[in-house]
Amino acid sequence: MFDWLFFTEVLIAGLLSGAMYSLVALGFVLIFKASGVFNFAQGAMVLFAALTFVRLVEMGLPMWLAGAATMLVMVVLAMIVERLVLRKLVNQAPIILFMATIGLNFFIEGMAQGVWDSNVHALDLGVPDLPVEIFGMLISQFDLFAAAVVAVLVIVLAVFFQTTRIGRALRAVADDHQAALSVGIPLQTIWVVVWTVAGVVALVAGLIWGSKLGVQFSISLVALKALPVLILGGFTSVPGAIIGGLIIGAGEKLGEVFIGPFVGGAIESWIPYMLAMVFLLFRPQGLFGEKIIERV
Amino acid sequence: MLYREAGQFKTSYAADQAIFPILQDRWGMVVILAVAFVLVPALASEYWLRSILTPFLVFSLAAVGLNILTGYAGQLSLGTAGFMAVGAFATYNLHVRLPEIPFLVDFMLAGLIAAGVGFLFGLPSLRIKGFYLAVATLAAQFFLEWLFTRVGWFTNYSSSGVITALPMVLFGFEFASAQSRYLLTLSIVVVMALAAKNMVRSEIGRAWMAVRDMDIAAEVIGIRLLQTKLLAFAVSSFYCGVAGALWAYVYLGTVEPQAFDIFRSFEILFMIIIGGLGSILGSFLGAAFIVLLPIVLNNISAIFAGETLSASALSHLELMIFGSLIIFFLIVEPLGLARLWQIAKEKFRLWPFPY
Repeated sequence: MFDWLFFTEVLIAGLLSGAMYSLVALGFVLIFKASGVFNFAQGAMVLFAALTFVRLVEMGLPMWLAGAATMLVMVVLAMIVERLVLRKLVNQAPIILFMATIGLNFFIEGMAQGVWDSNVHALDLGVPDLPVEIFGMLISQFDLFAAAVVAVLVIVLAVFFQTTRIGRALRAVADDHQAALSVGIPLQTIWVVVWTVAGVVALVAGLIWGSKLGVQFSISLVALKALPVLILGGFTSVPGAIIGGLIIGAGEKLGEVFIGPFVGGAIESWIPYMLAMVFLLFRPQGLFGEKIIERV
Repeated sequence: MLYREAGQFKTSYAADQAIFPILQDRWGMVVILAVAFVLVPALASEYWLRSILTPFLVFSLAAVGLNILTGYAGQLSLGTAGFMAVGAFATYNLHVRLPEIPFLVDFMLAGLIAAGVGFLFGLPSLRIKGFYLAVATLAAQFFLEWLFTRVGWFTNYSSSGVITALPMVLFGFEFASAQSRYLLTLSIVVVMALAAKNMVRSEIGRAWMAVRDMDIAAEVIGIRLLQTKLLAFAVSSFYCGVAGALWAYVYLGTVEPQAFDIFRSFEILFMIIIGGLGSILGSFLGAAFIVLLPIVLNNISAIFAGETLSASALSHLELMIFGSLIIFFLIVEPLGLARLWQIAKEKFRLWPFPY
């Protein structure tokens, strides 16, 4: 007899952890949408933001102040990146920009651990990671909290993108760089804004992942988990990042629990990629990505 | 260069198609090879041979492999280390299960097996392009890493997962000393690099470049996309597979999946980007840069801050310098070291006139 209750429990756990993947994927999507840069340094930004926050809290700052200070740091980081890296690499091939962000990734990783340190820091947001029982299923309270945070963040971002002046400018830049420039949208400012928003998303992701795994070097590796989410959902779509995250999270957990034991376990490391790859065979631009029209 | 091709007339088709058409280039190549084969093993210390030159050569070979795929055929791949792992584990299994085959043949067979695996993972490339493909090749990386860690058959059910590479014996001679291993690696790398150089200027190579520049246009002029892309994946994986076998057998002396993780893939991607995409010479320059940079940084920082900074702070500082140097290089010359070399050559050619 197939245990449907257990299946649902695993499914929900997967969906919730998927929501946390979307959180990281969101940072990628924002930057890719607005500047066409595949920002590999997103993982390092997550690490940097979380480390900054946790160290400030450890120094005795109240949480809200530490959060504000970290956001300020992320703004400065965005400005430096724009000034020293992006501005110099305008009009280069995407792969060059991609490589530059890998260089940036190394730099930020080194800086984060050099300025602060490379120990494991515990981070307590005040939400215990204890299971609660809902309809006979055990569901982690913290994962629920994380999913709620993701939902709030997405709504805030959607409002920001749809209604504010800067949000409209961002969408214009994403649509067509040159057209946006010609109607007078300052590209450089937009890039700073986008990297700042990505920095803030990185902070949120860092806090959530940090309090789950402890703030340490390995949280920069969750970026690798976000990549299949990204290609599944499409590089340019915010809803895609969310849905992709949910699919990957659920697929990964279900695969691990129901297929893993037959093939030796720990298949979580590649199931998401395989899932995404098979999926791409049918929809090469991802679920919600823009249709790629090619002409000679 | 300080020489010009003036006065060297091509009077036969063979001369026209020569791989190094200019006499001085041919002699230059002979000199470089002579230095590498005779002078270096005679003069270099064991440390240099074992820890710097051998890994440099192996990395160059892997970089040539990736450059064929990414630089020439335009298919961005992040699964290089996975294909290297296939080469290493295939060699080990051939060695253990069929001990009568000489190990050099093992290396080649391992390359062929890697080519087969590369072929399989290249199949999605017809539908998936650009960054989507790059992430899809990560599937190869993680899947292969997992396969060699988890499935006992590949490691011959060794308990630790780290296997000591078997000794390499050919006609009763064991390649154990640093010199012999260096020469072995060098021979393989030279043969394969020249083969690659020849391949990329043949019909196959031109087809790859056409696909890289614009695949639809290439298709229109009659290049078969599927065959061309899959061939690029297979050839590239062959090179990576042999490089992986060398890495495990000649350099590390152990066969372990951890030696072929995702960061190895990135390292090799760095090499070809810094060296120059679409250039065999660039693969060597990039490999030299990436192999030497940490050593140079290490020595410099030891001189300046050896006492005052802790080891971990130093390693973080090195990481920062490494990252900023990569960005710096991309800003200064996005086309890589090979392009710088080309510019220098052009300048010398016109010297003493500016143009």
